[in-house]
Amino acid sequence: GFSYPDTDLDLDLLQSVTVQPPAPTISLLNSWLPPSPVMGIECLVLGAGQEIGKSCVVVTINGKRIMFDCGMHLGHSDDERYPDFSLIDGSLDCVVITHFHLDHIGALPYFTEVIGYNGPIYMTYPTKALAPLMLEDFLRISVGRGVEEKFTADDISACMKKVTPIDLKQNIQVGKDLQIRAYYAGHVLGAAMVYAKVGDASMVYTGDYNMTPDRHLGAAQIDPLELDLVITESTYATTVRDSKHASERKFLKAVHDCVVAGGKVLIPTFALGRAQELFILLEDYWERMNLKVPIYFSSGLTRQANIYYKTLMSWTNQKIKDTIALQNAFNFKHGTTCSLHFSVDNFCWCRNVNCVVSFDRSQINAPGSCVLFASPGMLSGGLSLEVFKQWAPSKVNLVMLPGHCVAGTIGHKLASGKLTKLYVDNNSQIEIRCKNVNLSFSAHTDSKGIMDLLKFLSPKHVMLVHGEKPRMSILKNKIESGMGIKCYDPPNGGVVKIPSVTVHVKAQTTDSFAKSCQSPNFSLSRCSTSGAVFSTDLTSPLIVSEDRISEAILFMDRSKARGVHKEELELIGSGEGKPQVVLYGHCFPIRSDNLTKATGRLGLSGNRSWLKVLALELSHLFPQTNVQNMGDFLQVGSFQLSVCLNQSCTRRSSDVPGVHATTCTYLCCSWCMEDEKLALAIISSVRNSL
Amino acid sequence: MKLTCLSSGSGYQFPPCHILEDVCGFRILLDCPLDLSALSVFSPVPPDNDFVSDGKASYNSARDCFAKEQEIQKRQKIETPLHAKDLIHDELWYKTVKNLHLWDPSSIDVVLISSVMGMLGLPFLTRAEGFSAKIYVTDAAARLARLMMEDLIAMNMEYQYFYGPRESGGPHWMRWEELELLRPELKKVVVGKDGTELGGWLPLYSSADVMDCMRKVQTLKYAETACYNGTLVLQPFSSGSEIGSCNWTIDGPKRNITWLSCSIFASAHAMNFDYGALRGRDLVLYSDKQFLPLMDEVQSNDASSTIPSNDLSSLRCCSADKDDWKKLTESLLSTDEILEKEKMDFICSCILQSVQAGGSVVIPYNRLGILLQLLEMIPVLLESLAADVPIYVISSMAAELLAFTNVIPEWASKPRQEKAYLFGLSIPSSKFELHFEVSKVSSSFWMFLQMFSGEPMFSHVDFVNKRKLHVFSAIHSPELLTTWQEPCIIFAPHWSLRLGPVVHLLRRWSGDENSLLILEDGVDPDIALLPFKPLEMKVLQCSFLPERRLPKVDCMLKLLQPKILVLPDDLKEKLDFSNPSLDSFSVLYYTEGETLSLPSSPEGTLDLEIASVLAERFAWQNLGRQDVMYTRLEGELVMEQGKFRLLPGITSADSHPSKNKEMKSDAG
Repeated sequence: GFSYPDTDLDLDLLQSVTVQPPAPTISLLNSWLPPSPVMGIECLVLGAGQEIGKSCVVVTINGKRIMFDCGMHLGHSDDERYPDFSLIDGSLDCVVITHFHLDHIGALPYFTEVIGYNGPIYMTYPTKALAPLMLEDFLRISVGRGVEEKFTADDISACMKKVTPIDLKQNIQVGKDLQIRAYYAGHVLGAAMVYAKVGDASMVYTGDYNMTPDRHLGAAQIDPLELDLVITESTYATTVRDSKHASERKFLKAVHDCVVAGGKVLIPTFALGRAQELFILLEDYWERMNLKVPIYFSSGLTRQANIYYKTLMSWTNQKIKDTIALQNAFNFKHGTTCSLHFSVDNFCWCRNVNCVVSFDRSQINAPGSCVLFASPGMLSGGLSLEVFKQWAPSKVNLVMLPGHCVAGTIGHKLASGKLTKLYVDNNSQIEIRCKNVNLSFSAHTDSKGIMDLLKFLSPKHVMLVHGEKPRMSILKNKIESGMGIKCYDPPNGGVVKIPSVTVHVKAQTTDSFAKSCQSPNFSLSRCSTSGAVFSTDLTSPLIVSEDRISEAILFMDRSKARGVHKEELELIGSGEGKPQVVLYGHCFPIRSDNLTKATGRLGLSGNRSWLKVLALELSHLFPQTNVQNMGDFLQVGSFQLSVCLNQSCTRRSSDVPGVHATTCTYLCCSWCMEDEKLALAIISSVRNSL
Repeated sequence: MKLTCLSSGSGYQFPPCHILEDVCGFRILLDCPLDLSALSVFSPVPPDNDFVSDGKASYNSARDCFAKEQEIQKRQKIETPLHAKDLIHDELWYKTVKNLHLWDPSSIDVVLISSVMGMLGLPFLTRAEGFSAKIYVTDAAARLARLMMEDLIAMNMEYQYFYGPRESGGPHWMRWEELELLRPELKKVVVGKDGTELGGWLPLYSSADVMDCMRKVQTLKYAETACYNGTLVLQPFSSGSEIGSCNWTIDGPKRNITWLSCSIFASAHAMNFDYGALRGRDLVLYSDKQFLPLMDEVQSNDASSTIPSNDLSSLRCCSADKDDWKKLTESLLSTDEILEKEKMDFICSCILQSVQAGGSVVIPYNRLGILLQLLEMIPVLLESLAADVPIYVISSMAAELLAFTNVIPEWASKPRQEKAYLFGLSIPSSKFELHFEVSKVSSSFWMFLQMFSGEPMFSHVDFVNKRKLHVFSAIHSPELLTTWQEPCIIFAPHWSLRLGPVVHLLRRWSGDENSLLILEDGVDPDIALLPFKPLEMKVLQCSFLPERRLPKVDCMLKLLQPKILVLPDDLKEKLDFSNPSLDSFSVLYYTEGETLSLPSSPEGTLDLEIASVLAERFAWQNLGRQDVMYTRLEGELVMEQGKFRLLPGITSADSHPSKNKEMKSDAG
């Protein structure tokens, strides 16, 4: 038999013999423990800081730098229009775009083609498909106005070619350390919230999002995540919106009253998002009320957008996905239940394009009521303004403004009731007599939605962007006092530094450590009020304690930490009863027939001869080491190997591959930390060779 | 950890099936396919037509008659070539993976599905009592699999109508005396080589079973993470072989596993093989047997002209260096493409020949990708020849399937995706403001798509619109009868030639020497074609899978850098790991029906993450020497995302303040 030089030294002994140890080596610990202060997250706000427009935040997480959104400010025409990219210090690891609105993507072609950013760009599939449409449309309008933009149409297509499309929930590994993931945001088709993680620090950038489902989009969806920071939009920082039904009813009633009276309804809208939403609403109503009044759609953009809505159906909400049963796409006649009519089967089609255009021009003043969706929104030009000029003088007509209109546009003047006359050209003007209704069908979350999201994610810090300054500070106070979360609302150019707290340090451990620490190890004790831990006082409450972890110890050797269970290690005492060396152990099986065969070749038998064979083998495999055969065990440095006959050996590995207990022999090893490498090499080569 | 190979499968339509035991204490089933090629032992049509002419005989008595006739024939045991009468004339039963039914369904914790075909047997499992495993499958594969299952049920219905209600006590052919009479070729299929596979036969599941199965499935996107029980982190990555098919990585605290199923480097329709993401796992389970038959080919025509020679040389001298990574992957991609293109061209030329000779073409499709590609290539070819030959797709799910393929850019190959991203630049849309009147007129949406360069990802929609391609749900649909025109090209299920419209079509054309049947690899043509004999029509059987040559496998393994590689034992002779660049990992071979123990990692160490808050308050002690320290641990050990983490415990800190204090004072 074989026994260790010093057995059964348990943890309590360890505790008792080291009552007054020398001071620990601080340097050893310092290299292991996380640096203080930890690196954490640093945010540089390039746009949408205390304002709405040109969203752009550069976030550095543990040294990795990401730009979230790259938008332009439509309210400026000078350099203020673009984020100040010169503030970025160093290079970016990637750019992530949340959705296709210009205030989130407008500066991207400029940034990649003119500034020269050449790294990876990520956006969702629908955003990649729809963004070029938005950008080109913007460019066309600018050219029409005679404004020279900082990028060209070629820049747009060159830029879009560099984009990597991503799917929701897909883990994207950027380089070795940075991981990003998109979640459904529900703001527009393809809108995403972005999760980013480097090491232990993680954050979410929400982009624009909507917490209530639409007719065509679902509500934002995100997993419960452990986050250091959430950067959220705050467009409606203080507004709690009414139920959507109220504004929808108002909308439908206004439209109905107008068409019943024989009037024409003009709905100036941008092509993507609201148009589809309102159309579905109107369409449902038409069917319910059995109305025959034609609904016209007018926009090159809408046309293409509809194709995308069809192709990207999986990004719309569940109801549309369900109702557009796929078989209906081919079998139109039975597709009457589908609510996405505009994209499937309800367009009256005329192949001759010119004929349609001329037909349309006359249709503007044709008798009879109709509903027309025309772009652009806010009556800022183009067809919607042209039609407005024709229809505005008539009392029976209605102009429906389905959203917020930017100051300076005709839509804004109309909505504020200040518009009575409009110059058609330099010398003639028209009277505005038509009715107008301004309704807010916004796809932004309201204040309640923001709070709900923050409650759900409960991050350690919150940063507000994309909102109006006074409202943001109200929301900020609400978050800080109500939820106890530190909140920031930096202006453009501002920097916010957040220490990361969820840091882990790395250590190694063993299987039996994990096993013993996971199995329950209850102990009962009575806790007296006097402070003594173990008391016989029966009146004191019975305490159940579970100290599985405290049976384990963590060893640190040359800045390498290793957690072991107390039964796994041995201490070799020195003269003064103070343990000097920690021994690690491992007991593993090898097939005895192989070993017997090998000893047979040498004409030997018995346990001791096995060691001889092993000694030969080892000195052959590790020629640079000195393998000593001590009779009962082999010794290489501090590494010892012996045949183990103890069936309940605590070091025995539980996972026994390829060998059955009856046909194997166990070899028990022990070694000091300093010889760990050698020990593992010997073990694995013994295993492989026998 | 143990690996049991339940079935090593055969080709694309019957993927291998494995069970991994004790993966961190959990049991994982890898794929749950159906062996549909075994359907060939049945006969879809009565052996001779005289019999059917006796229309008054009831179906049940028809069955008895068949049986009697067969019996007589078999008793004589004449050593004649296999005849259609030797086949089993009965309602179809379906063969599941052998020995899977011997495993307790309730003992399975996780089911991973790699492809549509790997899911077809799943409803049998999910309806089993006690089954409670979590099933993970990609979103697209789940949707396609549902279509396939429903199609199978619809096609199987035909037989149920023909044979009437199910007899009690199992079908007659399963009785031992009947089995003894079976011809050896068929008996081998029915009971397996060692006679143990009879228990795997079952009547097909119902629609309700499929619905129930789909409800129990958890769908994932590519590269989405699922975490089972906090311990196993599961991720599917595109394998390139089909839309939605994937390779899985299973990351646990002790082991990182890559399960490599049939993978194709460059796919013409599905997203490419994402091998980069599979790197760094210490165990690679290679269950892909597809390249087996091709190995011989490599040895015999190594210098064949199909691959440009420089490609091969670059593959041979490949190394895993980072600089070569790009070159390596490029060469891996290029050959696949060339080969697949060549093959498709050849098939198309055969189709043209027979159409020009006035014959019709039947294509019992199997792989969705092949269907999509042929549907794109054939109309173009016909157009170039100005041949007025209609193309029909006849299947209960064809319309839905084809529509589905155009709404999934996330699963399609890069070039397809680009087709879907049209840049509006080409249209000066401000010039022509178009107006669409919304009405209930069902008009041409497809024209609408086309007009605006709104190209669909797969151009079959164009051809549907141009009335070149017709999609019908059934062979007896009135629309089909009114548009019917011969010669024609027909895509219809089922490739086993035992189910679906194909059976009727083959009976119609089997005597026409100008007609052509295109079979995919995977069916034994001798048995499959038996019921349709005498056969005059031409038969072209070909493998559609791109060939993976040995150097490619070598390179791929080098890229993946496993520590342990687990291969099917068929590869033992064929793969040579004496190559010095490949010896960095150990290789194990598994055998069908046997259990293989997989060694635990040699170090036996696990990673432990300790919360720094906790680490900072440890009371460190020196151990005699200056460079060794120790501390008693505290906190709570938890398993999160497949990692052991030691976090500040709530219980020890809060409920035992006094004890904690005392411990500290003890220590210090």
